[in-house]
Amino acid sequence: MKTTYREAMRAGLRDAMQRDERVFLMGEDVGRYGGSFAVSLGLLEEFGPERIRDTPLSESGFVGAGIGAALGGMRPVVEIMTVNFSLLALDQIINNAATLLHMSGGQFNVPIVIRMTTGAGRQLGAQHSHSLEGWYAHIPGLRILAPATLADARGMLWTALQDPDPVLIFEHGSLYNMAGELDDDAGAVDIDKAAVLRRADGQGDSGDTLTLITYGGTLPMVLDAAEQLAGEGIDADVIDLRTLRPLDAHTVVDSVARTHRAVVVDEGWRSGSISAEISARICEQAFFDLDAPVERVCSLEVPVPYAKHLEEAALPSVKRVVAAARRAVGANA
Amino acid sequence: MSTLRGQTVPDPEHALHLLRQMLRVRRLEEKCIELYSAAKIRGFLHVYIGEEAVAAGVMETLSPEDAVVATYREHGHALLRGVSAGAILAEMYGHAEGCCRGRGGSMHLFDAATRFYGGNAIVAGGLPLAVGLALADRMAGRQRVTVCFFGEGAVAEGEFHESMNLAALWQLPVLFCCENNLYAMGTALGRSESQTDIALKAAGYEISAWAVDGMDVLAVEEAARRAVDAVRSGGGPHFLELRTYRFRAHSMFDPELYREKSEVSRWMERDPLSLLRGTMQAAGQLPEETWAALTADVDAEISTAVGFAENGTPEPVSELTRFVYSDRTDDGSTGTAATGGGQAGKGGAAR
Repeated sequence: MKTTYREAMRAGLRDAMQRDERVFLMGEDVGRYGGSFAVSLGLLEEFGPERIRDTPLSESGFVGAGIGAALGGMRPVVEIMTVNFSLLALDQIINNAATLLHMSGGQFNVPIVIRMTTGAGRQLGAQHSHSLEGWYAHIPGLRILAPATLADARGMLWTALQDPDPVLIFEHGSLYNMAGELDDDAGAVDIDKAAVLRRADGQGDSGDTLTLITYGGTLPMVLDAAEQLAGEGIDADVIDLRTLRPLDAHTVVDSVARTHRAVVVDEGWRSGSISAEISARICEQAFFDLDAPVERVCSLEVPVPYAKHLEEAALPSVKRVVAAARRAVGANA
Repeated sequence: MSTLRGQTVPDPEHALHLLRQMLRVRRLEEKCIELYSAAKIRGFLHVYIGEEAVAAGVMETLSPEDAVVATYREHGHALLRGVSAGAILAEMYGHAEGCCRGRGGSMHLFDAATRFYGGNAIVAGGLPLAVGLALADRMAGRQRVTVCFFGEGAVAEGEFHESMNLAALWQLPVLFCCENNLYAMGTALGRSESQTDIALKAAGYEISAWAVDGMDVLAVEEAARRAVDAVRSGGGPHFLELRTYRFRAHSMFDPELYREKSEVSRWMERDPLSLLRGTMQAAGQLPEETWAALTADVDAEISTAVGFAENGTPEPVSELTRFVYSDRTDDGSTGTAATGGGQAGKGGAAR
């Protein structure tokens, strides 16, 4: 069936609410407004205000209340408008959600799911545009998901709700309108493994293969870049990481062992980013398979600006990905 | 010199029980200080000495299925909620027999069996948790109460205000117990708050709130019972400001430069144990042999607990990465627990 990323997220939410009465959605404007990105539009009418619960603008309060509700046996899904706003709830996410199981010696699980948008590209300025999922991926005790496909948008929520530990789902704002075909019976998906969405045909001997590694909002541009590179005789594996923590380094290393080159594409800033972690893992685990230095395409190290041309210049692009890939295979950039 | 509301206590048997509860906390913590000085236990150690009437009075009003959230000064809350002194001390020793298997220490005591949710060291961080625990009860239609203890220092944090607002907005079954001991570490209330009437702040959120003499265990219990009954019967959140005082320093590292010794000794004249004991003695309600038996009993309990902790086993380093994730830890071992909420009295499976 034809659907959008937004509709797939909504279908996932509806499905979870129907399947398990402990599941409820709570957050800013999720009810009467219909969700600031219209993900929960219509759910208030369907499930009522107890389960589609509008909150005040108090991120720490309602995220903490979600954690408490999870401790109390519920299965809360908490929506925060953007990752920038989630910084007001860092105390609860890091000092409580991520640590309670460990600090309590295994006594208290926190089965909460926290959803938020991330990323730039819509001229919203620095306080609505950052990609901080890499920061969260630094924290032991959290599981960090980044659905980039319709299937993942539809299926990750239910899988996340089965996880007894806190899960953060990062939805790139530019993906909501992405449309495509999704199986009618699409359901829960694996959240442990990265996905290889495109596989290079060559075996690597001809010097024109590489692995493109990305996640979330930059996946569509990486797939476009792979297509363009194929036209130039450069064959690319494309890996969608899907889960930033725990990281499936095995799939990455396995691919690089075949292609011998890697380009990591990450909308976060380069310094201290998830792309830095991926690059380090490749160096640790596949160094002798490499035929070229690992390339990274990240956002420039500036707060994301408003003006369209400045914002575009700050973000990864198909052009920058293609150029990095050409450098990796030794072609003319 | 103050007395406890008149010259006699109405129910001597119950008063004796409260006296015992306060003495258990007092003796446990005096022992903690001793063990800390002997370097048997480390980290931060914040004792509750002087404030025992608060935990003793409030805990008395709770049922086993209720939930308790506390701060880093929580040895007394844990003990009176039903965590054994042995499990508490073993935790401070870093032993496997500790209530958190050595991962929490003095500031992070937890116990699923008694629905004791910490042990939180971030001031005000426990308030939203209490709101959420109460929300879960409300949504599940359970008649349970969540009690949240915090210090007056937490009132300056945004999470305090966010939690008051949410609890009142949603009429959640939570009792907020502000232990106002006048100092947020070394900063006096008047140096950190524009409005020092804390009950008034809570009332500003349309929450029933009142201030109580936190040195009078009978007064604390009476107020708590009234509040807990109201919360349990659907009256929405309630708030108690318990005016108390800590006789010791903030922690074992505190040189206490911020307050006069005379102020401390003035408050010590209202030691909650002495107040109750003195009133009972004066009224002939506490024969000397009863008191002697009580102290002997409590001393034996603490001495057994120390033995338990001393003879415990260090949590093995091979277990280090357990409980980071439930059953997908990095080393492949499994570690999971019941999600506390559902049933009171169910301990974690991994314990």
